Amino acid sequence: MNDTPVLAVEALVVAPQAGGAPVVDGISLTLAKGEVLALIGESGSGKTTLALSALGRVRPGLAVRGGRVRLGATDVLCAGETVLRDLRGRRATYVAQSAAAAFNPSLRLDFQVTEPSRVHRLRPLAEALAMAHSLYRRLDLPDSRRIGKRFPHEVSGGQLQRFMVAMGLIEGPELVVCDEPTSALDVTTQVEVLKAFKAVIRDGNTAALFVSHDLAVVAQIADRIAVLSRGRVVEQGTTGEILSSPQQPYTQELVAACRRWDRSRRPRPARAGSGPARLEVAGIIAGYGPRNRVTGRPSVLAVNGVTLSVAAREVVAVIGESGSGKSTLAQVIAGLRPPTAGEIRLAGRRLAPDVARRSLEERRRVQMVFQMADTALNPRHTIGRILGRALDFFGRERRSAELLEMVRLPASYARRRPGELSGGEKQRVNLARALAAEPEVLICDEIISALDTVVAAAIVRLVEDLRDRLGLAIVFISHDLATVATLADQLVVMRRGEVVERGSVDQILANPGHPYTRLLLASVPELRIGWLEDAAERAKVATAEPVELPA
Amino acid sequence: MHPVLRFAIGRLGVALMILVAVSLLIFIGCEVLPGDVAQVSLGQFATPESIRALHQQFGLDRPAGLRYLDWLLGILRGDWGMSITTRVPVSRLLAERLSNTARLAGITTLVAVPLALMLGLLMALRAGGRFDRVASIVVLALSATPEFLIGTLAVLIFSVKLRWLPAVAHVSNGAGLLQFARALLLPIGTLAIVVTAQIARMTRATIVNQLDSPFIEMATLKGVARRRIVLVHALVNVVGPVANVVALNIAYLVSGVVVVETIFAFPGVARLMVDAVQARDLPVVQACAMVFCFAYVLLILAADLLSVVFNPRLRRVARVRGAGA
Repeated sequence: MNDTPVLAVEALVVAPQAGGAPVVDGISLTLAKGEVLALIGESGSGKTTLALSALGRVRPGLAVRGGRVRLGATDVLCAGETVLRDLRGRRATYVAQSAAAAFNPSLRLDFQVTEPSRVHRLRPLAEALAMAHSLYRRLDLPDSRRIGKRFPHEVSGGQLQRFMVAMGLIEGPELVVCDEPTSALDVTTQVEVLKAFKAVIRDGNTAALFVSHDLAVVAQIADRIAVLSRGRVVEQGTTGEILSSPQQPYTQELVAACRRWDRSRRPRPARAGSGPARLEVAGIIAGYGPRNRVTGRPSVLAVNGVTLSVAAREVVAVIGESGSGKSTLAQVIAGLRPPTAGEIRLAGRRLAPDVARRSLEERRRVQMVFQMADTALNPRHTIGRILGRALDFFGRERRSAELLEMVRLPASYARRRPGELSGGEKQRVNLARALAAEPEVLICDEIISALDTVVAAAIVRLVEDLRDRLGLAIVFISHDLATVATLADQLVVMRRGEVVERGSVDQILANPGHPYTRLLLASVPELRIGWLEDAAERAKVATAEPVELPA
Repeated sequence: MHPVLRFAIGRLGVALMILVAVSLLIFIGCEVLPGDVAQVSLGQFATPESIRALHQQFGLDRPAGLRYLDWLLGILRGDWGMSITTRVPVSRLLAERLSNTARLAGITTLVAVPLALMLGLLMALRAGGRFDRVASIVVLALSATPEFLIGTLAVLIFSVKLRWLPAVAHVSNGAGLLQFARALLLPIGTLAIVVTAQIARMTRATIVNQLDSPFIEMATLKGVARRRIVLVHALVNVVGPVANVVALNIAYLVSGVVVVETIFAFPGVARLMVDAVQARDLPVVQACAMVFCFAYVLLILAADLLSVVFNPRLRRVARVRGAGA
């Protein structure tokens, strides 16, 4: 192996131009040829800024205050535009988080994937296209000769992410920088993309800087892991070291938050599902688009005949991948999307399908917590005013300070605005807003999916605590099986609008009945090295039965 | 059939329906217009008998519905009716004025659109630089200045003070090319300034807006040069909006240049319409209004087709709609 590292970062400091705390605060790293280094940390830890600096890119508003970044022998932070242009796309490449945003919507995929070869005049177009097609094949893209003629919106999210990987690897770079390349994908798709990516960089002996917030994903792909927090590397070591014996408290917390369905940790009183049903949902059919004149069904069926019931002090988790209809179900229960068929009962009494026709009292008793706290909270109002409005609306006596205490936030937060809060704190306020109504049923729609692992774990504990203290019946909608497993009593697995399996969490985790549930379970990354390789095998076994699954 | 062609045919049908609807609106508008052509053309001392006679001559005493149908069918045959005040066929009046307007609008378009697109691109390429800042201020100032001010100033400087160019853009038949060019230089210049400023500003804004997208950062990180980023990655995404701005501006050149035509005493369609309104010469008013609407509908249709051709997403919509129809 060559002695000069592919990438050497020396005491790099990057800070906002306007002043303020550095985003990257004196980080040093090296990356050898063919090595995969993962940068892990929560949002705001500076991992993306650090990763982009490897390509000599500093986003507008930020400035380098000190240190050096060398790619081979090139000092990329001092290099001029021409030098950078020559190295980007050829020696060092970038794989962005959201392929949907990073591909030009108006240009064909082949054109974009082969563009590095084109702009660097490395080879004739025909040869570049042949290389792209062979990469498509190695990345398991279907119809590799023709699929590249499509436009970005004409392929699935998982396929688009593979095109992005192909675009990054086409010129056989020394270094590929991946910024959360699989975070936007469903778990089953994530496994596939990770596998394909790993194989291709192994073959090419490509060094990779792999940015992620998901330790379990990183464990599958990285040789070494650097844990970032607030712009500093708090711990660095081989993947094995970090997973088996994390030294720093932050790393330990991160590792702990990743443990999957560790239900033995907290034995719960046997009361789940014992009481009478608080919320009953039966035979819900709902969807989008114009209705069929004969059957009265919408043209796109999002929820097809879903039935569930939740008792007080019970959490029913609805699990499914994007497009499974779980969020539509939440909207139906909340009355935001009246269903075509089916009924909703609250403590035995039938609720009107449309929220506008429910009484104030009925509305008070069913509350919804939305996924994006950012869009659910008015940025111009103080937290006190946001909570006060909800309290006034339902004529409650409680004070906002009490609500803040319930979600474990200091009373002084009432004077702040949403913009001054972190993502996790905003989600707590979002919860408090729902609690202001003193509801009996709480519908949580993907409330942790936008949060970092550690923060999400804290919110889950809070939901658990609220359930016990307030006796709430909770419908918890999520795509994250690992998190839900510790929280829920009952599990409802949805796929393409239908329930494929239901039952107690313990029973389903121990003995999943439906192949799709098995595939879902097998796709949640485990915090151990070599899981990815096993997962492929398990997925094959899981789907060996004659059940139609997406390609 | 090719989906885009199918989409074009569908939109053409819609455009025809719009034109029929507009013709009805124009007719109703002219019906409720106060004043009477006979009264105006015969003057204060007209007797009720002579007014009635004129009404009969032009069929104005027949029911409105019949007259509308007559008019509509006439248009389809190319017969726009008779001008009441000048007693010549409207089509003859229109043909003469329309060719003047078409020349004015055509030459202005040929000058202004390429100039504006180039200016907009240059500003976008150097967004934030000195050229961009200066050009932005100039362009903004010019697009905020009313054309009568620009036109009047131009006449003041080039015709009155310097005496280089004629103040009146009167083109006699059989005039030579040089004379023609001299006559039209000032009105074309005035219109070109207004139109160029508008289009350049929109071109710059839509491109710069694109330059913030993640796919532009991605292209930068692929080693694509700035010039190629603007000319390839940004440009394909702004064809739709820019085509619409261009179409609106050309439509303005065809129909909305009354002020400029008045300043330079240019015999165009807009002047014809204003004069006809004053004289309550309704056949001429209706014909002018129809011509303007026709130009608008046609230009917007062209811009929409261009957007569809350059936007793969819209192309798919076109395909789905085509399949459904």
